[in-house]
Amino acid sequence: MIEVSDLAVAFGQGDARRQVVKSVSFAVAKGETLGIVGESGCGKSTVLRSLAGLDRHWEGSISLAGKPVSKDRSREQLLLAQMVFQDPFSSIHPRHRIERVLVEPIQAMKRGGGWDKVGSALEQVGLPSSFAERFPHELSGGQRQRVAIARALMLEPDILLLDEPTSALDVSVQAEVLNLLSDLKETKQLTYVLVSHDLAVIAHMCDRVLVMKDGTFVDQLDKQDLQTGATHHAYSKQLFEASYL
Amino acid sequence: MPALDPILQVRNLSVRFGRASVNAVNGVSFDLGAERLGVVGESGSGKSTVGRALMRLLPPVATVRADQLDFEGAPLLTRSERVMRGLRGNQLALIMQDPRYSLNPVLPVGKQVAEAATLHLKVGKKAAYARAAEMLSRVRIADVERTMALYPHQISGGMGQRVMIAMMLLAKPRLVIADEPTSALDVSVRGDVLRLLDEMVRENNSGLMLISHDIRMVAAFCERILVMYKGEVVETLTKLEDAQHPYTRGLIAAMPDPRKPVRRLQVLDRKAIDAAGVQP
Repeated sequence: MIEVSDLAVAFGQGDARRQVVKSVSFAVAKGETLGIVGESGCGKSTVLRSLAGLDRHWEGSISLAGKPVSKDRSREQLLLAQMVFQDPFSSIHPRHRIERVLVEPIQAMKRGGGWDKVGSALEQVGLPSSFAERFPHELSGGQRQRVAIARALMLEPDILLLDEPTSALDVSVQAEVLNLLSDLKETKQLTYVLVSHDLAVIAHMCDRVLVMKDGTFVDQLDKQDLQTGATHHAYSKQLFEASYL
Repeated sequence: MPALDPILQVRNLSVRFGRASVNAVNGVSFDLGAERLGVVGESGSGKSTVGRALMRLLPPVATVRADQLDFEGAPLLTRSERVMRGLRGNQLALIMQDPRYSLNPVLPVGKQVAEAATLHLKVGKKAAYARAAEMLSRVRIADVERTMALYPHQISGGMGQRVMIAMMLLAKPRLVIADEPTSALDVSVRGDVLRLLDEMVRENNSGLMLISHDIRMVAAFCERILVMYKGEVVETLTKLEDAQHPYTRGLIAAMPDPRKPVRRLQVLDRKAIDAAGVQP
């Protein structure tokens, strides 16, 4: 579903130029959940932003659904992947009603009004359709993150890019949101790329995990490795130990 | 329970905001000696409000009532704001969640730590800088000279939290309240910061109150855990395995554990929790 080869991203000019992602390659099969784990600043979110088309100065090649995508995406290419951000408090417009938040992607992609889809979109993420009338401040953090997931699903993408979707939430609410993501993946045959610094969340959700450090992948762990705690690199071992205090 | 010389004695503490019909904190009682006490609960369970009530840092609309709220044998609630100001930072310290918000963004970090030294240790400017430098190296900040001249936005979150710890523990307070000290930090530095906090608190022989929503982390660090739900303490635990209350069990089960993979995570059954009520 996703193929990335030699992806490199640098920020800044001249002396301040910093190579944030150093030539990474990976592939994600259809229906798979790939996890990327690493500390802040290791470049994991930058990889995700390049996949989503939010960053446009990457080098290398990215293909989504078998077709290579350019840096300036066409509408069809943008429809393939949608993103859910970390903080539900800042990713939703505070002065728009939920219905307007939800129809915005549809209108931006020139796919009609979209107002008739709002009710079902809210129901599929487990919220009552009456929430369409509300403003974001009338919702709790977990409910807002559900709205963010509903918004990402409005365009019926095949790929969801999840950037720390639960790190701003309580453990009890995190469990609800993770369950919702698992259910949606099953019913809609979605492909996920999940970025997090929490190995416990990653291990719960993902079929395969890439460990990222300083812009490169240092380790790859499969489901069995995660259960037994097996690692192939000193850094992933260190991350593992830090996750279980 | 270490009844020997308790630092803090709280009986029946309740907090109400404005004319709200329910108490944000209701009938909380505990003793704290020179130990590590964890307070766990979801957002809105009142755990931070307890911490702030102890520091007397709640806004004026909050009404704080308690049968007893004694810090080192003397009541806290009746003290004047002036006396409290002398206590805060000196005898009572509060470490907050995000160092990006709790440090002053327009002053170099060294100056801020030195300010704490001038205020609480009553030393001169030069001595204060020396004390600040000493304290910063104690919290394992490499290259103290250089770091002291940096502004908060130039240092990482883990380093910022270490600066906060240095600033707060400089005056050797008797009671340290850490309100989610690691939730803004990466997993990889979380352990370091907690171990450091623990070590410094043990050294000063003071009491630590660790407020967090991460029940496993709290269990790993604290001798006793108070579990709060809807403003009340539903259970006091020494080990996670002893958890009886459905809320505590729900919180533990809601955390994903790679060693025990499940297809779906358990979510809280709020009806059962409300039915179980409060256990004394």
